[in-house]
Amino acid sequence: MLTEFALTTLARLLSGASVRWIDSQPDTCQRIYFANHTSHLDVILVWSALPHHVRELTRPVAAKDYWSRGWIRRHIAKSYNALLIDRKQVKVHQSPVDMMLQEMGTQHSVIIFPEGGRRSEDGIGEFKSGLYYLAKKRPDLELVPVYIENMNRILPRGEFLPVPLLSCVSFGPPIYLESAEAKVQFLKRARAAVISLKEIE
Amino acid sequence: MAQNWALAGMVAALLLVATTVGQIIKSQPQLGLNPAAVAAFNGRVRSWWIICCMLSVAFLPITPAVTVALFGCLSFWALREFITLTPTRLGDHRALFWVFFLFTPLQYVLVAMDLYRLYSILIPVYAFLFIPARVAIAGDPKRFLERVAKIQSGLLVCVYCLSFAPALLYLKNIQPAERSRLLFFFVTMALLSEALQYIWSRTYGQHVIAPAINATRTWEGLLGGTASTALVAWALSLFTPFTHWQAALMGMIIAVMGFAGAMTMSAIKRDRGVRDYGTLVEGHGGVLDRIDAICFAAPVFYHVTRQILA
Repeated sequence: MLTEFALTTLARLLSGASVRWIDSQPDTCQRIYFANHTSHLDVILVWSALPHHVRELTRPVAAKDYWSRGWIRRHIAKSYNALLIDRKQVKVHQSPVDMMLQEMGTQHSVIIFPEGGRRSEDGIGEFKSGLYYLAKKRPDLELVPVYIENMNRILPRGEFLPVPLLSCVSFGPPIYLESAEAKVQFLKRARAAVISLKEIE
Repeated sequence: MAQNWALAGMVAALLLVATTVGQIIKSQPQLGLNPAAVAAFNGRVRSWWIICCMLSVAFLPITPAVTVALFGCLSFWALREFITLTPTRLGDHRALFWVFFLFTPLQYVLVAMDLYRLYSILIPVYAFLFIPARVAIAGDPKRFLERVAKIQSGLLVCVYCLSFAPALLYLKNIQPAERSRLLFFFVTMALLSEALQYIWSRTYGQHVIAPAINATRTWEGLLGGTASTALVAWALSLFTPFTHWQAALMGMIIAVMGFAGAMTMSAIKRDRGVRDYGTLVEGHGGVLDRIDAICFAAPVFYHVTRQILA
């Protein structure tokens, strides 16, 4: 609780983040927030941008091998109620997507970064297919695009000292997987949904 | 002491008048005023209240370092807006880190320690030399001079120039209460001259100075605003260590420098294609929009005052 408060406050101060909801509203229904990924602070930023009652039901997805190493990381992951996924031990009937859906149950929402890793340059990379399989297995989930602006300047990849510029988190209208929509098409559309938030002034 | 209360009462009365006018024109759409201009006016009045309440700290019988710290926070936020608006590259990251977390706080610490000989050269000399060297070491030559100049100007305008406003609280040869009033006089005149230039421009404005930079700044606004600011300063000289004529001259200096600051910031904003620093990130009032006049006027006001008091 204390760690959560301290980290959220710190992240907000450092990033001066403002939050915009564009044609969408915060809601406690089950959602997958998918965002562009440029910095370590992204998770905390998106998470703290949500209202408290929504935040309680929302879990960031993170890599188990990274976040279970050492006491501090474990503690942080725990205070954020992170959903840790093992990237190393992917088995046939224990794919990350299944594990995520299992952990989500009928209550929780998740925050994912479908680009896979953090981007070092400007722009948004191609999306990995996890988002598609999540949508296919649970078509009832709302897929909410999130665009995080300026974080690549605040804490770029490979830097550990942040520069306190002003950033902005934009939430867009939910998208759904259309029936018979191909994987590539869907991922393209999802990526375009994030990019379109960048262009709205 | 009585002078302090008289000054506070007058400023509060002026602000109340401005607030009332703002509310009246807001509730009277039949006047045919541009709603955006009315909203901008009300936003300005709100920020005047905040600035004046903040400044009242300078009158409390506590160390002036608290006021210095308040201005430090203001500088930090303004610099944030300035650099956010300026495109920087990855290679500038480390230099920016030192700008934000070393030079900005250090400047204000030196002001609070009254080390004039250090804080008057820290940024124009040492930061000026440090920034290009650090950016060069980062190894990205693309648009090198342009990027360095942007960081240097941001630091100079938002931090160095603004720090001369709280430095007024450390002037020699006057009483501490007089110093607080001097700071208050300076900020009030700077805000008032902005308002007066706006009113003159609206009423009599014919000749726009530079339409591509700022379409609302006219020669009539500049001249009328400067003259009327000088008049008000002349009347308020009672609260300052100046004679009537010196106060009027100070009013003119503040008005002209405030105008210069607003024009410069407008030019930067036009170049970046934004209207206000505030609209850049929604939900944040643009601090830089409000203090651009103060930033430019502060060092000149400080040095002229220092000369007069010497």
